[in-house]
Amino acid sequence: MIQRTQFFKEIAMDSKLNRRSPFGFGRKRLKYMMSIEATEAKNESDLATSESSKSSKIPNNGKSPRDAEDLVTEEHFWQSLFKGIYRDKKALVGLVMVFLFILIALLAPWIVPHDPYAVDMEKVLIAPNSTYVIGTDFLGRDILSRIIYGARISLVIGLVPTLISLAIGTFLGMVSGYFGGKIDYLIMRLADVCMAFPSLLLAMVVMYTLGASLFNIFIALSIVNWGSTSRIVRAQTLSIKEKEFVEAARSIGVGKFKILWRHIFPNCIPSLIVLFTLSVPEAIMSEASLSFLGVGAQPPTPSWGLMISRGKEFLFSSPWVAITPGVAIFLVVIAFNFIGDGLRDALDPYTKH
Amino acid sequence: MKYIIKRLLGTIPIVIGVSLLLYIMLNIVPGDPVALMMGEHVNADTIERVRARMNLDDPLLVRFSKYVLGAFKGDLGYSYKLKREVSTLIWKAFPNTAILAVAGALVSWMIGIPAGVISAVRKNTAVDYGVMTFALIGVSMPVFWSGLLFQYLFGLKLKWLPISGFDGLNIKYIVMPAIVLGWSSAATIARLTRSSLLEVMSADYIRTAREKGLLRYQVIMGHALKNAFLPVLTVMTIQIASLLSGAVITETIFGIPGIGRIAVSAIQTRDMPLLQGSVMFTTILIILGNLVADVLYSFIDPRIKYN
Repeated sequence: MIQRTQFFKEIAMDSKLNRRSPFGFGRKRLKYMMSIEATEAKNESDLATSESSKSSKIPNNGKSPRDAEDLVTEEHFWQSLFKGIYRDKKALVGLVMVFLFILIALLAPWIVPHDPYAVDMEKVLIAPNSTYVIGTDFLGRDILSRIIYGARISLVIGLVPTLISLAIGTFLGMVSGYFGGKIDYLIMRLADVCMAFPSLLLAMVVMYTLGASLFNIFIALSIVNWGSTSRIVRAQTLSIKEKEFVEAARSIGVGKFKILWRHIFPNCIPSLIVLFTLSVPEAIMSEASLSFLGVGAQPPTPSWGLMISRGKEFLFSSPWVAITPGVAIFLVVIAFNFIGDGLRDALDPYTKH
Repeated sequence: MKYIIKRLLGTIPIVIGVSLLLYIMLNIVPGDPVALMMGEHVNADTIERVRARMNLDDPLLVRFSKYVLGAFKGDLGYSYKLKREVSTLIWKAFPNTAILAVAGALVSWMIGIPAGVISAVRKNTAVDYGVMTFALIGVSMPVFWSGLLFQYLFGLKLKWLPISGFDGLNIKYIVMPAIVLGWSSAATIARLTRSSLLEVMSADYIRTAREKGLLRYQVIMGHALKNAFLPVLTVMTIQIASLLSGAVITETIFGIPGIGRIAVSAIQTRDMPLLQGSVMFTTILIILGNLVADVLYSFIDPRIKYN
């Protein structure tokens, strides 16, 4: 009897150890590895196309392409996602910051202390004081009000082009993965070509063609970044389309696009969420860079990048003009990165503590 | 060898696609390109001459093939705004960009790799969290903003370094742009080094090495780091692209006469041949850089060839 208790205790300890030890195979990790194997086996059967997906890399700064690609699609996804965010204090902080950012952007007209466009040549370059909390710029406009209005621009730039480019990438990726053959080849080569450009340069070229304006940034950012999305979605589609439920749908005669929409797309959502959180700060940063370089938003638009660009001439006499909009960009971008990091930790067992 | 040839052949359609896409995008600008380029005060004679020089009367694809043939001979067109050959301008600017990019890469390795190793070795300690938070801050700072902060702090307040300008290999002028440029790449490299080192550390051969009595740092230096390096190496090749496009902004801030600066000013002055030449040059440089990196990579890790 004692022996048996001892035995069970050992098993219990063993499983406990397994969960903690880096050498053990927890349930989740096993699942994860199996899913990778499945994807790899799929790729091997698809020789012509697997070559391209392996030999070329996804050029993106800061985010690891592997993480988004190898996500496990499982029913506990949402649960682990919320748990992960809740446990990870960083992600929680990020979520609160993003919420504040959205709130500020939405309420901008009601919370600004001054008119962001009102030029007053008698109050040029006033240092921060109690009326102008962070001073005025070279045209006497209140910088805080301009930053608050700039939040609206950044919010829209962060959301709309990102969603459009995700939609384009998802559609092309699903079509490419599901139909295969010549369509697949064509789309993937197009993706290769788009991804070969550094995205800032490509966006600059698009801006040259369309002309510098805020609206054209939307178009530029929407069509520049779809390549990596389409590749990730394609890889997922390849593995999902072999699953039984897709085969079942096919065998009862469901149309191809209906299968894509009803069965494949929902299974790509986890990756798309991670991609989305990583793409939003990137889009905000791109808009700021383009506007900083003078090929984006035009004055008097209160775009953060443009404010820095215009303020840098007064960096030495009135540093607050150029520095403060940068703080805003930094805070928003880091908030999204906190969330993205948290999501990654929650969904990728390898980086889990 | 077979892998190298295959990879080489795979690059050709991409190079063609890239140049075609770029050519089409820059040549569908509405309006007469010559009138757009030369402004209002030109006589019809000049316009006619320029049109002939740019082959504007041919169909788009014919023009494109002429452009590509010219590019092979080193002729990238003529900048009417600067009254120079585009290729001359690019060749003059390229060494400056190259110096900046190499210096930026060095900075990112010197900061990123040690930071990642320290963070992985001291996993889940205050040091680890500190380094990783720092890395996150690094990725989140816009390059143009951190550039201004550096200029303000080190150039103006502390007066350690010149605020802007460029003087060949004079290290004084390179330090600040290089740090600004390498900063965010350093953060990426640190994070990747950390995660791939942690992944390697859980492998069987590391356990074996530890159990046969090797010291911790011996295992890390001798066994783990070598294998953890492969993914880091991949990022280093991707870095070529991010360094060269980051250089666009860094050069603008610090007034370095490089290719990125050329591209930006070409957009502002609507100098199409110059913009086309500089973007084409940079992109093809990146593609070739990735190609070379991939081939080298296949020598370091022979498994790649068989995949």
